[in-house]
Amino acid sequence: MATVTFTANLQQHLAAPPIEAAGRTVREVLEAAFQSNPRLKSYVVDDQGAIRRHMVVFVNGRAIADRLGLTDAVPEGAEVYVMQALSGG
Amino acid sequence: MSDRIFAATRKGLFTIERGASGWKVARAAFLGSTAGLSYRDPRNGDVFVTLGHGHFGSKLHKSTDNGETWKECAAPVYPKKPEGLSDKDGAGKEVDWNLKAIWSMAAGGENEPGALWAGTIPGGLFKSTDSGASWNLVRPLWDHPKRHEWFGGGADDPGIHSVCVDPRDSRHVRIGISCGGVWMTADGGETWTCRADGMRAEYMPPARQRDPNIQDPHIMVQCAAKPDALWVQHHNGIFRTTDGAKSWTEITNVPPSVFGFAVAVHPTEPDTAWFVPARKDEYRYPVDGKVVVSRTRDGGKTFETLRKGLPQEHAYDLTFRHALDIDSTGNRLAFGSTTGSLWVTEDQGDSWITVSEHLPPIYCVRFG
Repeated sequence: MATVTFTANLQQHLAAPPIEAAGRTVREVLEAAFQSNPRLKSYVVDDQGAIRRHMVVFVNGRAIADRLGLTDAVPEGAEVYVMQALSGG
Repeated sequence: MSDRIFAATRKGLFTIERGASGWKVARAAFLGSTAGLSYRDPRNGDVFVTLGHGHFGSKLHKSTDNGETWKECAAPVYPKKPEGLSDKDGAGKEVDWNLKAIWSMAAGGENEPGALWAGTIPGGLFKSTDSGASWNLVRPLWDHPKRHEWFGGGADDPGIHSVCVDPRDSRHVRIGISCGGVWMTADGGETWTCRADGMRAEYMPPARQRDPNIQDPHIMVQCAAKPDALWVQHHNGIFRTTDGAKSWTEITNVPPSVFGFAVAVHPTEPDTAWFVPARKDEYRYPVDGKVVVSRTRDGGKTFETLRKGLPQEHAYDLTFRHALDIDSTGNRLAFGSTTGSLWVTEDQGDSWITVSEHLPPIYCVRFG
């Protein structure tokens, strides 16, 4: 299981508390998280299933490399953070 | 007659109501979020607002109680782009199959309750048959080979900002695209043809200036009682048609300027229309710093310049394409500006009432 934490700035639009989710890749972990909170999905990934351009996902403190396929590995017990990218100041 | 206005702004949606003491802001919703479009379905009173969350994407919310409470509904979603597909626009840029913005909404006909159209950036038209609970991309238009000639005008990518459903036959739909001219279907969206003959594009090389498929209509509106009469405020002029968009005629004698974004047409008098002019495209502010409205009552042969109640000194309010509206009586109009001013007239523009000068930048004004 991994713990997925979402940026606090999402809270003004919808409830997105931290959640325990199973999976071996970022795609599997996020899909598991969205299953229990379906509305959340479109706020994090775009129409093509990629991480939204101005969002960033960290696994144990490192930004993921594959923003389109979400194939980065998620170790057991990992901390996954879904944050806003600080673009444009 | 409508006593309510929904103003979508850079910092939320404002509901303005006419009470005993006149027009006042009654409510604010989604404060801090960018509200790009407001729309009221005239058939059942459903109100929609589109929100553009910079980080989190474009969303759609719906109210069934005149804007007092809101619930998120589905936004259009582009289908999966086939792997390896090269899908370039008219500027040579690869088209990103992602919803950038919902740029127009229109109710289907009286005979198809629940039907809604949504025009979007980057150029996809969507249809809902369940009042916005789900959406489907209109594939025949998206897959039309001539879509690849469209390019961005009002935004970086092509976008559908106008959808006009013919009240006599709801299978007849005309849409306006920046920059892709005017397109029409007569069979509910199965087949489409470009219908912008007569338009002229100053921003193109001479050989392409009359090309219908690269025209930049800023907005297109349809006379409800005479649906073959439509008006377009175009990037470099004003055009009208009286034959359902088979042909367009340019209107050139418009003081103080033919440039602008917005147009409203009277619901029963097709020759009567209003515009909010500005100094042309490289400047985009009111001519001489005076906010005015241009009105024709004779199909564009002559225009009056209306200014009573509007600021006439150092005013730099620009009115965007969706920020002018007319109510169902044709007597009341309202328009909002980039500097947060909102004006209403109850006498077809002869005089104007200032509702606010301190709202956020206004993108869309709709009577509700």
